[in-house]
Amino acid sequence: MLEAYLPVLVHFLVVLALGLIILGLSAWVGVKRPSPEKLAPYECGMPPVGDARERFSISFYLVGMLFILFDVEVAFLFPWAVVYKSLKWPGFLEMFLYIAILLAGYLYIWKKGALDWSR
Amino acid sequence: MITVQASDFIRILPQEILSAFAILVMVFEPFLPSSRKVVLGWFSLLGVVAAGAAAVRTSYSLGPAFNASIAADPFSIYFIALFLLVAALCLLGSFNYLQRDNINHGEFYALILMGTVGMCFMAASTELIMIFLGLEISSLSTYVLAGFKRHDGLSNEASLKYFLLGSFATAFFLYGIAFVYGLTGTTNLMTLSERLSRTGTGGTPLLWVAIVLMFIGLGFKVSTAPFHVWTPDVYQGAPAPVTAFLSVGPKAAAFAVILRIFLGAFHAVGSVSFQMLWLSAILTMVVGNLAALWQSNVKRLLAYSAIAHAGYVLVGIAAGSAEGVSAVLFYLTVYALMNVGAFILIAPIAGTGERALRVEDYTGLGYTRPGVAACLTVFMLSLGGIPTTAGFLGKFYLFRAAIHAHLIGLVIVAVLTSVVSVYYYLRLVVVMYMREGQPQATSEPLPLALRVALATSVIGIFVLGLFPLLLKKKGEAEASPRHTKLAQVR
Repeated sequence: MLEAYLPVLVHFLVVLALGLIILGLSAWVGVKRPSPEKLAPYECGMPPVGDARERFSISFYLVGMLFILFDVEVAFLFPWAVVYKSLKWPGFLEMFLYIAILLAGYLYIWKKGALDWSR
Repeated sequence: MITVQASDFIRILPQEILSAFAILVMVFEPFLPSSRKVVLGWFSLLGVVAAGAAAVRTSYSLGPAFNASIAADPFSIYFIALFLLVAALCLLGSFNYLQRDNINHGEFYALILMGTVGMCFMAASTELIMIFLGLEISSLSTYVLAGFKRHDGLSNEASLKYFLLGSFATAFFLYGIAFVYGLTGTTNLMTLSERLSRTGTGGTPLLWVAIVLMFIGLGFKVSTAPFHVWTPDVYQGAPAPVTAFLSVGPKAAAFAVILRIFLGAFHAVGSVSFQMLWLSAILTMVVGNLAALWQSNVKRLLAYSAIAHAGYVLVGIAAGSAEGVSAVLFYLTVYALMNVGAFILIAPIAGTGERALRVEDYTGLGYTRPGVAACLTVFMLSLGGIPTTAGFLGKFYLFRAAIHAHLIGLVIVAVLTSVVSVYYYLRLVVVMYMREGQPQATSEPLPLALRVALATSVIGIFVLGLFPLLLKKKGEAEASPRHTKLAQVR
């Protein structure tokens, strides 16, 4: 049973070797002439402004967390929509229940003031 | 094509009711003023009682549900009843605590209910992926509960440690599942045990790796040595009612999973799991009991004692017989009563902010607060395994099952270490009754809800200690159909 995975192993080793060879060659043969501009972090071609390690409002984390939650949950709607017709009523009811639970969560964060930016 | 029937929903009725109550608590929470949050607590308790009634209803329509990924069998009903008992006792013990320590948020009750849902699914699942989902549901809520005192450094540390180590351990478990699926092509425990015994894949080292990986994940949850390191810190930092919940709920759920996986699905490859259980049992008993001797903090002491008790349960599991399983089921109930009782009693003694937690703080407690001291003494004697308490009989059944399975060495270690354990349990009793002094503990009278919970535990300990057959018969009934089913499979 394990023999079936041999090509995967070979592929893995070839990829590893190729990566090492390319990186190794460019490190060994390549010419290095560093200058301050070359060593600066790349920010879409603009000159970098200030330090990246800054303190910023905790609200960003909250919004980020809520976004992930609701975004991931809504992602479940897409596969459901594809097979919606063959699921018939039970599928509809289950998704209804799912969205009702989602709504309960929305009500909770709204009432808790998590969406209130000025707090 | 997956078909869902109405009977499927009846077979998970307790879980559904608990989830519904948890969601309702979350929705009502923001609408209630801080002074009336305890209403949510009583509402959650109502939910637990309703789930208990639902479990009775479910027990009349047993069978597999959702394409055999969940089973409503006597085994799962027994565990669901146990989890509901634990949840109810912890809820009763937490009402006053939350108000006193200024963490009066309704989410606490919702999280307890959700954690219970996860544990019920762990015990009821016969499918590795569903077990994993149950494990995650119960873990995520307990991670949050451990850090529920947001402004307390220790509680934060407990939550972070538990989260980091816990998610690492569940990753091990998932990795084990992946190996099992790769080897056998199924994650259903019944199919798995059939295929393993038919094809004889039992010999492949890859399967041993899978078994060990899964045991690491579950061993973390039941805190067996060498995966116990998180236990003292988390139990110490978490609020005391949460510790009560943590030290019994997820542990019993993980033991249910261990029984289903290692004695059920992997029965055909018994030798590896047996050696692993044997070794882990010895290590756990020795490490837990010896480390507990040096503790001066009561919560840490009880944490190490909880580790040691996981070791005793492993002795029963290593026995591998139907007798062993029924002893484990009995012991888990006894353990739940005495451990939850001890932890929820520590909370009012320790006072606001849980300051009086050293053993010396209990000096003279037997004279200033005789009732409290008597309760604590009962819990300590039962944990130590003194006759007439349920703790003694629980251990007796476990060790007898092990002797019948010819595990003499294991039983010798178990008996010796439990003799050692009597020293540190009695140390607390000695400090309470035989030392003079003014206890640091607070002198507020115990709230009514807590009294009810304590009375339930104390009465339970004596009833099970004197009339064990009330439950033991039930435990045997629970254990036997599983094993006859397994015998047929083999």
